[in-house]
Amino acid sequence: MGKETSLITSSVGQKLLMALSGFFLCSFLLLHLTINLFLFGRDGGATFDTYAEFMATYPLIRPLEIVLFAGFLLHAFVGTVLWVANRRARPVRYAVTKPGETSTLASRVAFITGAFVFVFLVVHVNTFFVTSRFFPTGATMFHMVRDAFRNPWYDAFYIAALGFLGYHLKHGFASAFQTLGLRNTRYENLIDAVSVIFWLLIPVCFAAIPLYFLWLS
Amino acid sequence: MILDSKIPDGPIEKKWDNHRFHMKLVNPANKRKYHVIVVGTGLAGASAAASLAELGYQVTTLSYHESPRRAHSIAAQGGINAPKNYPNDGDSVFRLFYDTVKGGDYRSREANVYRLAQVSGAIIDQCVAQGVPFAREYGGMLDNRSFGGAQVSRTFYARGQTGQQLLLGAYSALIRQMGTGAVRFFERREMLDLVVVEGRARGVVARNLTTGTLESFLGDAVLLATGGYSNAFFLSTNAMMCNATATWRAHKRGALFANPCFTQIHPTCIPVSSGHQSKLTLMSESLRNDGRIWVPKKKGDDRAPNSIPEDERDYYLERLYPSFGNLVPRDVASRRAKEMCDKGHGVGSTRLAVYLDFADTIERHGKAWVEEKYGNLFDMYKQITGEDGYGTPMRIYPAVHYTMGGLWVDYNLMSTIPGLFVLGEANFSDHGANRLGASALMQGLADGYFIIPYTIGDYLASTSFPKIEESHPAVQKAEAGIAALTQKLMDVQGSTPVDVLHKELGKILWEHCGMTRNKAGLEEALKLIPALRERFWKDVKITGTPDGFNQELEKAHRVVDFLELGELMVRDALHRNESCGGHFREESQTPEGEAKRNDAKFSYVAAWEYAGTGAKPKLHKEPLAFEYVKPSQRSYK
Amino acid sequence: MSGTMTISLKVWRQRDSDSEGRFVDYVLSDVSPDMSFLEMLDLLNLELVRKGDDAIAFDHDCREGICGTCSLYINGRAHGPLKGVTACQLHMRTFHDGESITVEPWRAKPFPIIKDLVVDRSAFDRIMAAGGFVSVHTGGAPDANTILIAKETAEEAMDAAACIGCGACVAACKNGSAMLFVAAKVSQLALLPQGQAERKARVEAMLAQMDAEGFGACSNTYACEAECPKQISVSHIARLNREYLRAKLA
Repeated sequence: MGKETSLITSSVGQKLLMALSGFFLCSFLLLHLTINLFLFGRDGGATFDTYAEFMATYPLIRPLEIVLFAGFLLHAFVGTVLWVANRRARPVRYAVTKPGETSTLASRVAFITGAFVFVFLVVHVNTFFVTSRFFPTGATMFHMVRDAFRNPWYDAFYIAALGFLGYHLKHGFASAFQTLGLRNTRYENLIDAVSVIFWLLIPVCFAAIPLYFLWLS
Repeated sequence: MILDSKIPDGPIEKKWDNHRFHMKLVNPANKRKYHVIVVGTGLAGASAAASLAELGYQVTTLSYHESPRRAHSIAAQGGINAPKNYPNDGDSVFRLFYDTVKGGDYRSREANVYRLAQVSGAIIDQCVAQGVPFAREYGGMLDNRSFGGAQVSRTFYARGQTGQQLLLGAYSALIRQMGTGAVRFFERREMLDLVVVEGRARGVVARNLTTGTLESFLGDAVLLATGGYSNAFFLSTNAMMCNATATWRAHKRGALFANPCFTQIHPTCIPVSSGHQSKLTLMSESLRNDGRIWVPKKKGDDRAPNSIPEDERDYYLERLYPSFGNLVPRDVASRRAKEMCDKGHGVGSTRLAVYLDFADTIERHGKAWVEEKYGNLFDMYKQITGEDGYGTPMRIYPAVHYTMGGLWVDYNLMSTIPGLFVLGEANFSDHGANRLGASALMQGLADGYFIIPYTIGDYLASTSFPKIEESHPAVQKAEAGIAALTQKLMDVQGSTPVDVLHKELGKILWEHCGMTRNKAGLEEALKLIPALRERFWKDVKITGTPDGFNQELEKAHRVVDFLELGELMVRDALHRNESCGGHFREESQTPEGEAKRNDAKFSYVAAWEYAGTGAKPKLHKEPLAFEYVKPSQRSYK
Repeated sequence: MSGTMTISLKVWRQRDSDSEGRFVDYVLSDVSPDMSFLEMLDLLNLELVRKGDDAIAFDHDCREGICGTCSLYINGRAHGPLKGVTACQLHMRTFHDGESITVEPWRAKPFPIIKDLVVDRSAFDRIMAAGGFVSVHTGGAPDANTILIAKETAEEAMDAAACIGCGACVAACKNGSAMLFVAAKVSQLALLPQGQAERKARVEAMLAQMDAEGFGACSNTYACEAECPKQISVSHIARLNREYLRAKLA
């Protein structure tokens, strides 16, 4: 015994990175939703815009933004590295497989759902963040959101992406506990319960927003 | 040839200590100059290879398996004995020694058995230190159970997987040495010949089962830990690859084969269902603690067991042995089952089975109680037969399961070829004519961990070894001989697959040299086996090529040897005109039909010297003296 | 059960590790429902040999579900469709008359094919050699009862130790990951007092070797647990992850 592994390059180390970055992104998701819920306020978006303004201008937010983007990129990059390595571990595929008998679809397609979420994020960040930060049109964030969500095509895309996000988290959230060694029979049910918040409740809340604006219009 | 057992002097409890003191030691710095070849990685082989490498010897290990962890020791269920006396129930080294000698029906060597009992406690310590998860009591101490009719609880166990856990322990010790390079392991290598140079064992010729090439492994001593020969019967509880080729080819090179007719038949196995069956599965004999064995009184009764009324059932063991009932020893239970079936009372489609009925126990204690105690065995039965043993009686029949006979070894575990040591089931030494439950694991590990590391040193230190290389004529000749034999097998190109011929041999042995034997049957077998052997060499069909992975060829090499060893088993059984342990000669029984030993004539080890295929082997006798355990007749009435 | 069945088989045939493999179709009649799956292959091999064809190579030994040698991927499932059962304990009564069955070898980069359905699993031995042991020499062990182990701990360690090293976990995992195999040993020895001294080094060394062999990473699909013939729980993988964190951070 003397061989050592690196947290960065070992398979378990990379899984830990996935779990930790995943949790970090989940925490952001919660924050994001909290602010978004102010969109439902009956104040013409005043509170929402206050927070949006705060997020855009407060000096401490900028470094956090960078950390957040780094977290996204890390999660996506390591996920891709693992996916490629995992594909390589079976160069010849089986002729017949019945994976549905031994595992859930959500667990098997986590990379694919993640890839869809990634594509969505590129569009999403471009629609709101890049425009407001770098090419401001003068419109408030509330108006930008409202205008974007009045387009049913954009809404369909947005909701579909949330479906993927939910399905991604259906596996990912609970899975991260397993990777961090926190999942055992004592906590299993608790983890699964909290998991529902993340994979179902949060995406549903997010999805309610475009529907709300569509209904308003 | 005079068989010198080299039993040390002195009182029995001092022999091993005295001997260890008097044996020569190899200087620690010199150990790495010696090279030991170990064939087999079961309990005996793995423990020996690991222990020798730890001492500093160079070790090369071969296995026909892909990994050392696959050896058939892994299948032992029950447990391992040691007289730790943890339960405070009166156990001692002497009692274990006494039970083993008596259980072996006075055909084992007292000094060896005593040593086995002496070192068995250290085996448990060693295994626990390795991390073997033995069963525990709530307080954290080791749990013991009573096993195989023993009067004391001295059996340590790890669920029903004791053999597996002990093997994985020995494997972990071995693989640690493999990791450091102290042991070089060669997987998928089958030993096909022994290299003997100037009268000493110096290596083996093996076939690389992946590539088909012959390879020689040379050293200063050879250890065979290659198991028993139950598969001569084709159907046995042994694994499919278990074979006698290593020991038999060593026998042909001059190692005497001792007591080949001593085979053990286990009474509670799942019966043969059809001619396609490849092996038999044993269910722990603990089932007999609560199950009742019976057959229908009417011959050829076709009714379903549950519709046979109570008064038309014959609980024959309870009838014949009122005091022991269903708990009579393995050999007695097996023989009586055969007798019932021979008389036409057998059940099931083959009529070669008796019922093991739990209905009374289920009624008395409830199904849950039975489930908790025996659930895994009922599951196993259901998996194999598709029947539910709770609702209808299970069908059982005896099966060959262990061979007490093996290569003759002296007290140092050395065969009659200097430098060739034989360990575990492959040797003959400790179980006499019958092995007690939970003793096989004990012997394998005793030989490997605690005996061979001492005795091999004495041999190496007192011998000088001229250097030999693969170019040595003895090596070349052995390799050429095996190449020729392989080619000869491939060239037959008859019409019958190896398995078919093997099954025929098994049938002959089972019928004439199985649970009961008689002169006429054995003499018949002595005609049938050579005839079958002749047919084998005319009609065997092996497809594929010799220069690659070829399981048909592997089997053929093994069956060649079984066809010769089978004949020796029959000869040994014919010459031993007495009944003892697993060897029951119909001519030698009490009026009640029990085994009758003939100590005056047969209190010896029969060691056979090879004289050529088909030629009559030469018998050598090692007389057995019983100074501490006085022979008596067993009775279970 | 009575009556025999006819089975269509699609079996992977490959001459050796360097050759290309392909599926070959066979039809086998007179299959008894009481035969084990391997006995069915024996029967097929008898036919092949009689015809002069090379017998199908497959690994097998104890045929009672404990040695871990048999390794068949049957109709899309490691060891076939039943739960908690090795291929040798799978019986033909599980299939129906006329069924077609596809038989493949374990597929994973670290398990190269030797011939037909036989693969080389020595990668497992190398992982074990890296740290799957307690470093004790023969002799000198203290009396067995000086090490007290709570019954529940012993039982849990035994659950992990029940691993037969067959590789079904790798075969079943979409990533070809060996995590359940490695976890079973790491977990067993992490639970027991005997394993404490080398606890950190063991998990590091075994995982390093696992990666070096080219096994995939665990993505927690738990297919391994579903296919493990000894039903070893993925909670041991969680413990392995914990052990790794502990080794790295504590």
